[in-house]
Amino acid sequence: MAFLTDRKRAMGLGSAKSGTAHHWSMTLSSVALLILLPLFVFTFGAALGGSYEEIVAYYGRPFPAIVAGLTILVTFKHFNDGVQTLLEDYVHGLAQKISIIAMTCISYGAAAIGIFALARLAL
Amino acid sequence: MADVNRGNRPLSPHLSIYRPQLTSMTSILTRITGNAMLISALLVVWWFLAAASGSEYFAIVNGFLTSWFGDLILFFSVLGLWYHTLAGVRHLIWDNAVMMDVPTAEKLGWACIGGSVVLTLITVLLV
Repeated sequence: MAFLTDRKRAMGLGSAKSGTAHHWSMTLSSVALLILLPLFVFTFGAALGGSYEEIVAYYGRPFPAIVAGLTILVTFKHFNDGVQTLLEDYVHGLAQKISIIAMTCISYGAAAIGIFALARLAL
Repeated sequence: MADVNRGNRPLSPHLSIYRPQLTSMTSILTRITGNAMLISALLVVWWFLAAASGSEYFAIVNGFLTSWFGDLILFFSVLGLWYHTLAGVRHLIWDNAVMMDVPTAEKLGWACIGGSVVLTLITVLLV
């Protein structure tokens, strides 16, 4: 190692590797949610409190169902990216890897359950 | 080269030595609200699953979500949601390297706090 210069030793150790892809993914999903979430809050909010028959009929309609489906999908993608950053900041070593894997499973699992439920309601 | 310290380097001053500032507090609150909303997101998914599973199971989950405790969770979720949304917009603005000077950043911080309260009240009134 002694023949390496300081610059050579430091190269490649910075944060700018795949970090930009993660940041862009967050930007993309945040802009999507900026449009989706107000639509979801007011469609879901309008439905909540209704009877079982009303809810089934309401989410049988295309607009509320598609808004809910997209919102669930993008929300859990955005959450997964966000919680990864949180875990990378505060949890280290093996625990970090395990917790990132666990949160990724929860995110994709919850998204899949939500989409499945909506498909069953809407179809 | 032999005397280069390759580990155990001094760290930059961390959170604990700073006086709380509006900019740091609103930033931390963005992270807290974003991650805490996992609870609300899972509740919503649970509600959809119940609705797809039949009227009996739906009655249980819907009963929980529309109870006073469910209302309380949803109220704070909406507040957290609007705060996180506005704070996200602030980040989208900052990504263009504008409005980053301290007085403007603090104004944006107050806008996030005030705006989220106003949007929550509007949501509660409309929904």
